[in-house]
Amino acid sequence: MLVARRLGKRFGEKRVLRGIDLDLATGGFLVVTGPNGSGKTTLLRICAGLAQPTEGTIERAVSRGAIGYLGHEPLVYRELTALENLELYGRLYRIAERRERIGMLLERFGLWEVRHERVASYSRGMTQRLALCRVLLHDPELLVLDEPYNALDEAGAELLDAQLAELRGERTFLLATHEPARLAPFASGRLALAA
Amino acid sequence: MRYFRDVGALARKDLLLELRARDTLPAMVLFVAAVFVVFHFALPESPSRLETVGLLWVAILFTALLGLGRAFVPEREQRTLDGLVLAPCDRSAIWLAKSLATFAFLAAAEVVALPLYAIFFHRVGGATIAAVVLADIGICAVGTFLGAMAVATRARDLLLPLLFLPLAIPIVVGAVGASVVDSPGRYLGFLALYDALFAVVCWASFEYVVAE
Repeated sequence: MLVARRLGKRFGEKRVLRGIDLDLATGGFLVVTGPNGSGKTTLLRICAGLAQPTEGTIERAVSRGAIGYLGHEPLVYRELTALENLELYGRLYRIAERRERIGMLLERFGLWEVRHERVASYSRGMTQRLALCRVLLHDPELLVLDEPYNALDEAGAELLDAQLAELRGERTFLLATHEPARLAPFASGRLALAA
Repeated sequence: MRYFRDVGALARKDLLLELRARDTLPAMVLFVAAVFVVFHFALPESPSRLETVGLLWVAILFTALLGLGRAFVPEREQRTLDGLVLAPCDRSAIWLAKSLATFAFLAAAEVVALPLYAIFFHRVGGATIAAVVLADIGICAVGTFLGAMAVATRARDLLLPLLFLPLAIPIVVGAVGASVVDSPGRYLGFLALYDALFAVVCWASFEYVVAE
């Protein structure tokens, strides 16, 4: 699914990544760990196609529409409601039976009751749940998740655990986390980045 | 057809955001009204039509700049451009939708601005209205493209006017010409040519603007 060789990234004089080799087979679950500033987010952005490496090569056996990306920001509009945000992405991703899929995800992540409220009124945890709905909306083949447990309460984290368990093996995962122990039951591999 | 559905969904989103946040249009309307009021008192009594037409176009250009500067603010603040860029739609749909939304805001501001201009200065003729429509298309096409370029930089507030104003000079030349001559056909044709040329260039190259 993903093959990277000697991947590197510089921002001006600052080198963020150097010599990363990565092999992620279809159905794999690779957990990326490392201290702050080690380049986890940059690596995930490169893998998702949102950034270009300055060194090395990366090959993706997946189209950009089949990637689900969760970054540090939820990538939703604060002045729109949860429903409007998911409707927008649903249209852009041309999801068949969009309404049913949106309804199912909002129910699953506990946002159905607040679906008509603007995201600006949500707590950080609710916004993260909505971000997860957005990521899963088009049933992506490759899920690139950067700190997906961020801001989630225990109930939200358990919902995410259940989702990961359900999709484990069927979908390919690349996750960055500071909680590798939580993901240990799912992980098929681990990539530790140095500072 | 799918392309235009994507454009429709994205433009609807921009209009909805403005309807909720009211960040852009009120500022544009207040700005253009304030400019006319200030110049009404600053200019000598009974200024010539030629002088005030120049003023009209300066006011329209800077009002547009105000809107263009805010066009990508939601995408920048909430990083939603990443989400849009990953979607499997043609990326130029983002540019076209944003241009249409900006065009709508500018046109709405002009609905207030042109009658105000007529009250304070001179009557607005049909050629001027045609020039306004054609100039708006060019302003929004080029300005939105440059806005997307500028939004990724730290000096975005400075960069957008620096890039946009030189490229808007042909628009001002065509628009002022169309507003003051007796046979504005050539000037309107020039504006239409500018619109077509720059719209194609922006449409074809927007993909590279949003890719890192």
